Amino acid sequence: MKGNEAIAEAAIRAGADAYFGYPITPQSEILEYLMAEKPHERTGMVVLQAESEIAAINMVYGGAACGRKVITSSSSPGISLKQEGLSYIAGSELPCVVVNVVRGGPGLGTIQPAQSDYFQAVKGGGHGDYRLIVLAPQSVQEMADFVDLGFELAFRYRNPVMILTDGALGQMMEKVWLQEQKPRMTIFPDWATTGKTPDRERNVITSLDLDSAEQEKFNLKLQNKYRKLEAEEVRFEHTDTEDAEYLLVAYGTSARICQKSVRLARDKGIKAGLLRPVTLFPFPKKPLKELAAKVKGILAVEMSTGQMVEDVRLAVEGKVQVEHYGRMGGIIPTPEEIVDAIGKNFLK
Amino acid sequence: MAENTGIKDVVRDENLVYKKTSVLTDKVMHYCPGCGHGTAHRLIAEVIEEMEIQSGTIGVTPVGCAVLMYNYLDIDMQEAAHGRAPAVATAIKRLMPDKYVFTYQGDGDLAAIGTAETIHACNRGENIAIFFINNGIYGMTGGQMAPTTLLGMKSSTSPYGRDVHMMGNPLKMTELVAQLPGTWYVTRQAVHTPASVRKAKKAIRQAFENQKLKKGLSLVEIVSNCNSGWKMSPVDSNKWMAENMFPFYPPGDIKLEGKLVGKE
Repeated sequence: MKGNEAIAEAAIRAGADAYFGYPITPQSEILEYLMAEKPHERTGMVVLQAESEIAAINMVYGGAACGRKVITSSSSPGISLKQEGLSYIAGSELPCVVVNVVRGGPGLGTIQPAQSDYFQAVKGGGHGDYRLIVLAPQSVQEMADFVDLGFELAFRYRNPVMILTDGALGQMMEKVWLQEQKPRMTIFPDWATTGKTPDRERNVITSLDLDSAEQEKFNLKLQNKYRKLEAEEVRFEHTDTEDAEYLLVAYGTSARICQKSVRLARDKGIKAGLLRPVTLFPFPKKPLKELAAKVKGILAVEMSTGQMVEDVRLAVEGKVQVEHYGRMGGIIPTPEEIVDAIGKNFLK
Repeated sequence: MAENTGIKDVVRDENLVYKKTSVLTDKVMHYCPGCGHGTAHRLIAEVIEEMEIQSGTIGVTPVGCAVLMYNYLDIDMQEAAHGRAPAVATAIKRLMPDKYVFTYQGDGDLAAIGTAETIHACNRGENIAIFFINNGIYGMTGGQMAPTTLLGMKSSTSPYGRDVHMMGNPLKMTELVAQLPGTWYVTRQAVHTPASVRKAKKAIRQAFENQKLKKGLSLVEIVSNCNSGWKMSPVDSNKWMAENMFPFYPPGDIKLEGKLVGKE
């Protein structure tokens, strides 16, 4: 099935309580699939087409604040519209899953795949000091798997999770193994606004605190959560890094292509390896730093003008030369041109 | 010889004719003395107590003067982003259809930044109640022009009075949403006299009761004063409201049981 359809089906099977969305290419199949599949008959899941991405993310806020598993999806321009809501969700410490099937930008840009929303996804995106947990799938299988994983992390940390994917993975068809149907939750978190019963104090979901000292305390609490994420939830994969002299760093679609580039490079006698961050926040700083001590050069490959490369440079602390190779505007790089880029940057 | 009755002898449970509802907390309200918000809050709290739906009610507060409403009502509440309360309430009601869900919004929140969310929640016929406080001004940010500011009315961003050519006309959102098939009950009330308070309470109760019917959205507008923003005494502001606001925003029912009042 298509990556977008896999996300939709995975949401039903993860026991999601609701999806709120608004159509935008290249991710409309998620809403279309859910409407056609009638999950209210299968699990009781609510699916609603909102009047805008802004309304959709605020519906996510309302549902998440009731302690429910709520998911939304969009693509770059729509994700920009959701930033206000994401900031409120992060500031109210609500769990949810947000899928960004990235297309090229800025502005209306193109409907073709890109990875140009990295900064927005991993640095916060909206106003205020906050982070999303960002998962980067590289296959239709991971598109499906990361929905359930996303809910698990979102509820464990009371934090919004973004699945940062792109138009190529959204539209790509692959075989996918789907998990068995999980039942929807029947017991909700104790902070949820489910109606104040006499045995407890009222629950209030808000991100407002006019007392500066309290607001600072809350900011420090959020930062502690993010440090805990960095200590415990970093996920990454590596390919042929044991003896690598040149390291490619890439996520999502770019990582998929780089796997082929590693093989092509090795056929040419270039000892290449690949580190693929699976979580973009928290970023795999430690494994990168360790590899930086062993390799002669690092090439960050992204479908952007170079965003993740900044985090790679921060992680390696100047220990080794770090370069960037990217295509923009919806163009996907070929494995060959990435091998050429290794040569041009490091083998002159 | 008559007994000597002191105040302590009078204040007894059996003599009580009125007391503060248990759904209001003891937190001192931050509203300016004379403002209508406190009365509107009390009426909502009283209705919740009388209907015995404290555990069955979720409220959504706006951005504006009523942003801290969750400090005053002893129910589960969510604080929405500016204008987004109807979207937030939509999700709560869809996920918990047996709960009573309401939003409480000012004119800037409901009729400017949240116009789309308001119209679409009304048009979908969400089974929620919207309580719309219209005082024709942005109170919390210091008295700027609102979508409902009257023509000629002065504010900090219309210091020479609202000029139709430059700033457009005041928006009658209540009449506008009454046209939509998704609204079941639309009314305009006030809380400036004992008689209007009693009527407003009935309307609020109706908006809660309607949620049992699942026939659509109920919107209760409460035309209110903002004595600080209008730079008047509380008494003068209520007089000014009746003389100037009511001709443009006339109190009364606009839509009953899904039918526009005065139309077939």
